[in-house]
Amino acid sequence: MILSFDIIILVFLVVAAIISLSVKDLLSASMIYGIYGFLICLLWAEMGAVDVAFTEAAVGAGVSALFLIATVFNTQRNSSD
Amino acid sequence: MVTKLTATIAVLFTGGLLLYGVSDFPGFGDPHSPANAGVEGGGPSISQYFIEESYGDTKVPNLVTSVLADYRGYDTLFETVVIFAAGMAIFAILRVLEPGQPRPDELHESTRYSDGDHTRIIVGTTCRIIVPLAQLFALYVVAHGHHSPGGGFQGGVILGASFIMLAVAHDLPAALRRFPEKNYLGLACVGVLVYTAFGVACQLLDRNFLDYGVLEKVLFTDGPEMARSHSMLGVEIGVAFTVAAIMFAIYANLSSRGRLHGGL
Repeated sequence: MILSFDIIILVFLVVAAIISLSVKDLLSASMIYGIYGFLICLLWAEMGAVDVAFTEAAVGAGVSALFLIATVFNTQRNSSD
Repeated sequence: MVTKLTATIAVLFTGGLLLYGVSDFPGFGDPHSPANAGVEGGGPSISQYFIEESYGDTKVPNLVTSVLADYRGYDTLFETVVIFAAGMAIFAILRVLEPGQPRPDELHESTRYSDGDHTRIIVGTTCRIIVPLAQLFALYVVAHGHHSPGGGFQGGVILGASFIMLAVAHDLPAALRRFPEKNYLGLACVGVLVYTAFGVACQLLDRNFLDYGVLEKVLFTDGPEMARSHSMLGVEIGVAFTVAAIMFAIYANLSSRGRLHGGL
């Protein structure tokens, strides 16, 4: 583990989580959720859990963000609150 | 306003409890933690057994794969069933079966992005280059899961994502012509059945469900270790079938509101 690398990833992770929750445009929120998944994948790879990181890269950063985007296109694009 | 305040307090309280719980965890990679060293008077820990013995037991260098597909085969079987059930639930909720829908062989790619749309050329060409490479890589991940990170689940997701990429870059009928609904629903079932068949084959040879070692008589391997290794590859292929089919099924139903035409 490299501490400074960890801290950078964790800071970005928290920032990405907060932004994806607070953005009004749901399409942007889905994209930022993909970034969040990719950062978690980096964190896992860095902790040595390469298999989990691989799954997260494929599922969290790739496919689930796509599912969200597909859903956003079939619903109202902006959040009402 | 009151609801938001209540929610904030609840979230902060739960988060505080979680952080308080984390302080009791053993340190990262601590060799003396119960998970790594075992409890006092309880013999060696299970993770020590896996690290020391799994290569001799199964001849699989990636011990994550050997734990997932062999020692914890039941878990992975039912994870596959969960993915299958999720896909079937999406199908049951979203799919709209209208009379007079075009059959897969009648689907044709829409012409809205054909000649004259230059932005589409870049996306379409990139997709045409990447999709075959992604599919090859998916097969590599499935087949090489014993020796490197990866396995049926990851390879299946990449395989499904390659069809989704095709649907995003062109349109849904373009992907559905290559992977029609009848095929992906069938492939999802076949994946679960392949996994279960390996378990039942062990039972037919008078051993426990998913006890692969006995399959050396059927697979003609030298010794039960290689039989376990090959059976793991077999069940990973089953997992990859189900996961790839279900990923594409979920996308196709979500993006077209269950009508399977139009799409994004």
